[in-house]
Amino acid sequence: MSYLAHNTQHVPTGLRKIWYINWPLVMLLSAVASAGFLMLYSVAGGSVTPWMEPQIKRFGLGMVLMFIVAMVPIWFWRNMAFVAYAGSLVLLLGVEFFGEVRMGAQRWIDLKFMVLQPSELTKITVVMFIAAYYDWLPLEKTSRPLWVALPVIFILVPTMLVLKQPDLGTALLLLVGGATVMFLAGVHWAYFATVVSAGIGGVVAVFESRGTSWQLLKDYQYRRIDTFIDPSNDPLGAGYHITQAKIALGSGGWTGRGFMQGTQSRLNFLPEKHTDFIFTTLAEEFGFVGASTLLLLYLLIVVFCIASALGNRDRFAALVTLGIAMTFFLFFAVNMSMVMGLAPVVGVPLPLVSYGGSAMLVLLVAFGLVQSAHVHRPR
Amino acid sequence: MKRPPKDIIASSRTISRRALVVGASQIAIMAVLGWRMRSMQVEHADEFRLLAEENRINIRLLPPSRGLVFDRNGIAIADNEQNYRVVMVREDAGDVGEVLARLTEIVDIAPDDLARAMEEMQRRSPFVPVTIAERLTWEDVAKINLNTPALPGISAEVGQSRVYPWGADLAHVVGYVGPVSDYDLSRIDDQDPLLQIPKFQIGKTGAENKLEHTLRGSAGHRRIEVNAVGRVMRELDRQEGDAGKDVQLTIDNRLQTYAQARLDGESAGVVVIDLENGDLRAIASAPSFDPNLFVRGISVTDWTGLNEDKYRPLSAKAVQGTYPPGSTFKMVTALAAMEDGVLAADETVYCPGYTDVYGIRFHCWKNGGHGNIDLHDSLKQSCDCYYYEIAQRVGIDKMAAMARKLGLGIRHDLPLSAVASGLAPDKEWKSSVRGEDWRIGDTVNASIGQGYVLASPLQLAVMTARIATGHEITPRLVRLIDGVEQPSGRGESLGLNENTLRRVRAAMVDVCNNRRGTAYGTRILTQGYEMAGKSGTSQVRRITAEERAAGVTRNEDLPWERRDHALFVSYAPIENPRYAVAVIVEHGGGGSSAAAPIARDVILQAQYGGAPPLDAYPANQRSAIEQQQRRIEARIPMGAKAQSRA
Repeated sequence: MSYLAHNTQHVPTGLRKIWYINWPLVMLLSAVASAGFLMLYSVAGGSVTPWMEPQIKRFGLGMVLMFIVAMVPIWFWRNMAFVAYAGSLVLLLGVEFFGEVRMGAQRWIDLKFMVLQPSELTKITVVMFIAAYYDWLPLEKTSRPLWVALPVIFILVPTMLVLKQPDLGTALLLLVGGATVMFLAGVHWAYFATVVSAGIGGVVAVFESRGTSWQLLKDYQYRRIDTFIDPSNDPLGAGYHITQAKIALGSGGWTGRGFMQGTQSRLNFLPEKHTDFIFTTLAEEFGFVGASTLLLLYLLIVVFCIASALGNRDRFAALVTLGIAMTFFLFFAVNMSMVMGLAPVVGVPLPLVSYGGSAMLVLLVAFGLVQSAHVHRPR
Repeated sequence: MKRPPKDIIASSRTISRRALVVGASQIAIMAVLGWRMRSMQVEHADEFRLLAEENRINIRLLPPSRGLVFDRNGIAIADNEQNYRVVMVREDAGDVGEVLARLTEIVDIAPDDLARAMEEMQRRSPFVPVTIAERLTWEDVAKINLNTPALPGISAEVGQSRVYPWGADLAHVVGYVGPVSDYDLSRIDDQDPLLQIPKFQIGKTGAENKLEHTLRGSAGHRRIEVNAVGRVMRELDRQEGDAGKDVQLTIDNRLQTYAQARLDGESAGVVVIDLENGDLRAIASAPSFDPNLFVRGISVTDWTGLNEDKYRPLSAKAVQGTYPPGSTFKMVTALAAMEDGVLAADETVYCPGYTDVYGIRFHCWKNGGHGNIDLHDSLKQSCDCYYYEIAQRVGIDKMAAMARKLGLGIRHDLPLSAVASGLAPDKEWKSSVRGEDWRIGDTVNASIGQGYVLASPLQLAVMTARIATGHEITPRLVRLIDGVEQPSGRGESLGLNENTLRRVRAAMVDVCNNRRGTAYGTRILTQGYEMAGKSGTSQVRRITAEERAAGVTRNEDLPWERRDHALFVSYAPIENPRYAVAVIVEHGGGGSSAAAPIARDVILQAQYGGAPPLDAYPANQRSAIEQQQRRIEARIPMGAKAQSRA
């Protein structure tokens, strides 16, 4: 209960809190979302339906949720962390048993009034729960093996459930997001060094074993890796999407081919052009100028979050802010690397830009937490 | 439960330190992303732009319209006609079955076509137009257009297809076109992208095949924008190709049609050459076939029928059939002997009805022989022994050289399929091809156009033309290409002794016009139109000694395949000759009885440019000729008689 340690008299109350909201961050989020609306309008061939209009409504709803979450004191959310974590685990299990299968993966759960993707929710609740855990844990116990093992389990349980759906992208985000919070909380370097070197060793072993008697992966899995490394090997098969995405991106040039003039997206060469590959349309139509501007907006969002966290002496608030910033960063970094051919196609949307309800709402609620931490920081 | 403040400070410090590490790595990763973006969008933008253009732009070829083929009077003998076809776009049709059912109520469509179209529609993308039926009548098209609202997805389109208005009459000359096949592509070395168009029509036989490059033209193209699944979004630009060049043949459609009609019922061939320039006025081969069948895609039944017919309708006998020329070869033997000087002009040879050469007996066709006979009478009455004798004097090599000089045994370069080279045998040929020595008996056989000698009607017509003119007449089939006159076929003098030629011609005149000539029955009476000629009857079987002793079986009593070939070569008129004709009637019997009448009728038609007056014929034949003329008149297609476009 560390907030009792602070003087909370200076924390704003009532509607005055509005003045303490991190408004630049709100502006940045709106700017990114607006870029998304524009691109959804473009990929629909110059139409607000079927994507732009629902996306704006969801963004509006998400903003309202963000403000509501921001108004509620951060210590309330810390107290709710376990409930949220447990609830999302229940939902994930629900997906496992009652979920709908769409596009080959079991990710959605029908709540009658809306279709929810619990894995999106989990990205936030894991970060919250690990942050709350370290807020509770006495500092000197942080690096003790038993106390390290516990959060590892908290992270791995939802990660495994998500992997089973299968959703490699989300699993990656959960794992790295949770680990980042552990790292920030001060878990000893050696743990991370061990895990990272074991990972590298594993990758090396996988490649070295190829073609030998102790081959670790199936042949088709190696072929997928080959396609990722050089998509031109298989231009009409698995490599088609990534090849077309790279063509779209590269053909943008300095200033792009003009709004709604991108041939790759307009002529349907791009896959999933309104969701995971929306960045390629933006890059094709607005070129390097547009694409790097978006990257800069993302960078500013991350920087504002880090700045807010650095100015916050509350352990939970800082950890949750940084954890959310990391998750957000992972979203766009993985998505961009994927469409630029730097990472395999794992199905991670471009945050606030890609069409999709759950991700948008969850992200804005997460930024609500960041705002709450900002508003209620100890002064 | 307050936590000591130093704890908070330590915690804050750790978080800040590590947050900076995390933040720095994030910015580093973003720098990598930015660098990658720059590399793709700035440094390699041109390559990607090119790839994007290749993605979206397709080049479609525009087939040029094929050049037409005209006869010498400007009548089209290979034409392009509007081909109305009905096409369907599946995605526009809604219920495909329902729409097709309505369509078949309005227009007659073969169930086969329907089934094929249904199958193709299932296979192709829904927006690809699929042809349901071709060659609709204009009425059908009107009906379809009228019912457009009830036929969603159905439309009538117009294309070009080749048509041969004279059907079978010119099939062997003009040939036919058909869709390019894998076999064609493997056989011909042609980089023309047009050949890659599915079902592109190329010449398969005859002039259509040999003049392919003239007639085809060159491809135009249009650049179109397509989307990822190949749907055409819009046309970016279009460049029309060059249409194929028109060709005018030397063939006289009217004469050709007449000749074909005259050959009806026979397995025969006839060639008519214009002596002024070597123009081939008619190249008729019977029986024939309808080339239009091949353009539309010949049915198995029709194909089998054509292929298994024992009269070989697919073979252009006039140019690709080779036969022992029989007695028509005697001019060659005579000219060779006289040019060589081994035969004096008025020398006679005694013909007892046979000649013994080193113990082998060679018979004259006339039992009992011709007695003492000279060159003139030996040609007129077609004595064999005379030629047995002079051939032994001159030798085969000089005979073969003379044959080649007169156009036998060499391949005449005509734009027709499988122009035969025939055979003018000599010693060298026999030893190199057959690996045997030449025997004197071979020379004796060759002297009367039997044995190894082979000639096509075209070659015999050329030979006759050269004898009649003394000039090197080369046959010519193409008169104009794109309006440009092709070189004349009348060459330099052959350098033969004019007196010798005059003797041979005089004998040929008597063959037709002397009471004792073999073809006296087929003389032409009208002054200035008279014909000179030479008959030939070539054996296709060996007559044994026993059979000869018992009396040679008459042709009429033999099965068709074993009867003699009937040949006749002629030219007319006898003064300043204008036309040369060669006729072969396969297994027709005697040359003077089966082939000579055809030669006479055709050469008369050529000279008169139409039906000759009856008084050109001997009085006793006129009523039969009149009937024949009427029959042929009825058989000749309407329009061939007078129509002209030039």
